[in-house]
Amino acid sequence: MRNPLADKVVEIKPSGIRKFFDIASEMEDAISLGVGEPDFDTPWHIRDEGIYSLEKGRTFYTSNAGLKELKVEISNYLHRRVQVDYDPNHEVIVTVGGSEAIDIGLRAMLNPGDEVLIPQPSYVSYEPCAVLAGGVPVIIDLKAENEFRLTAKELEDAITDKTKVLILPFPNNPTGAVMEREDLEAIAKVIIEKDIFVISDEIYSELSYHGDHVSIAALPGMQERTILINGFSKAYAMTGWRLGYACGPRAIIEQMTKIHQFAIMCAPTTSQYAAVEALKNGDEDVAEMREAYNQRRRYLLHAFKEMGLPCFEPYGAFYVFPCIKEFGMTSDEFATRFLEEEKVAVVPGTAFGESGEGFVRISYAYSLENLKIAIGRLGDFVKRLKEEKRDNA
Amino acid sequence: MREKILGIIEKNSRVDIKELAVILGVEEIDVVNEMAAMEAEGVICGYHTLIDWEKTSIEKVSALIEVRVTPQRGQGFDSIAERIYKYPEVNSVYLISGGFDLLVTLEGKSLKEISQFVSDKLSTQESILSTATHFILKKYKDHGTILSKKYDDERMKITP
Repeated sequence: MRNPLADKVVEIKPSGIRKFFDIASEMEDAISLGVGEPDFDTPWHIRDEGIYSLEKGRTFYTSNAGLKELKVEISNYLHRRVQVDYDPNHEVIVTVGGSEAIDIGLRAMLNPGDEVLIPQPSYVSYEPCAVLAGGVPVIIDLKAENEFRLTAKELEDAITDKTKVLILPFPNNPTGAVMEREDLEAIAKVIIEKDIFVISDEIYSELSYHGDHVSIAALPGMQERTILINGFSKAYAMTGWRLGYACGPRAIIEQMTKIHQFAIMCAPTTSQYAAVEALKNGDEDVAEMREAYNQRRRYLLHAFKEMGLPCFEPYGAFYVFPCIKEFGMTSDEFATRFLEEEKVAVVPGTAFGESGEGFVRISYAYSLENLKIAIGRLGDFVKRLKEEKRDNA
Repeated sequence: MREKILGIIEKNSRVDIKELAVILGVEEIDVVNEMAAMEAEGVICGYHTLIDWEKTSIEKVSALIEVRVTPQRGQGFDSIAERIYKYPEVNSVYLISGGFDLLVTLEGKSLKEISQFVSDKLSTQESILSTATHFILKKYKDHGTILSKKYDDERMKITP
């Protein structure tokens, strides 16, 4: 029989998180600090609208790009929160999570051989999506000394004649890094000068703890070359509803809608009705959850300081990314030993790219009570490692 | 800071002061001072515990009582409210809008005890026109807390 598989797909490495997931899920009594989704339930009024839409029998397809009402609310929301204006009829598409938006955005923009700049550490899907879209991923290794922000110099050095798109994943998973206005202004200059495009994945935008999130699309000359991606998963604790959106220039959104139309048809109708409610009446829920995350973030940073674990202060998302280099282990070894000895699961930084080596991702999408138990164990573990190091010295 | 402290201790009055300072990103001494000020001003009225008595072997019955009264000249509802709230078995007294005037919540050992309180102590007051007693059969949620069983974390342990 012939090989039924496509080489391009087979060659994609499975996510580095997979192996760890298998070990951790087999360990029944392990506590996890490894999740990438909120611990809150979707606020009830949002769930209730979803249920109500089902009761009313709204169980049909919506138009391909999404419910008109939802697109209008998305446009209002972006005007309100990041001061960028999009025409809901032509510049907004509702997708199955932010993930689909990344995929179809890349597919709509890449010709074979086009280079896609991917800053790392970052979310695991950019690289495979770029490959599947026929592009060539070019990794930019972000540095701890820059607090994992992308600098103009790093960007400029990575750009070639073939560079077409920069993926801009801030606030960042796994580092929690953000790009503030002046950081964005510095790279925007390079982007415009070199005439490349941006896919700005702003899924964690509402979880910003050091002033409001700034979208690169809000900078002069950037909206016309940016696809802004956001969604409901993180801000409204709606991961399972699978709903996101992309906004950008009409010409790109039209082509993305074409792919979406043939591959997906439309995003889930129930989720779309719930999302209308989220955008109309959910600002307070978001503020409450942001405050809760911020409290946990402060708690963790304080605890790291007390146990002597170096960590830069992350201003976004719900992750901290402490440095474990001093223990002379790889991220993978550290995470494996921590899981085996203390039964707490954290994710090795290398799951998010080579430049994550020497770091681990700790999620604070857990209640303070749970965090306290897990961080107590981390403290014990770190203390033990420090003693081992001293004994060996 | 006041609003944030209250937001937290309203849900968890046992939170450690040091921890409160850490999670709010402020100095411990400021939290201590602010709490003391709020206690002095009567903003913080107490640090109670929410108990689901159903899960204990202690028998307790509670009731809501609607009370219609004739307001008194010069004092409105205040003096009759005071006469009611001074009874220790009365948990709360609210003046409310709508079809009746005072809502009284009451706790007793038995139905009989509560009925007796209503007929002996409440109904006999001169300015009380009528009462309607509603016994509480089950508490689903109290003080913002759902009393039924807690759900486990159903999330996958590790996700990117």
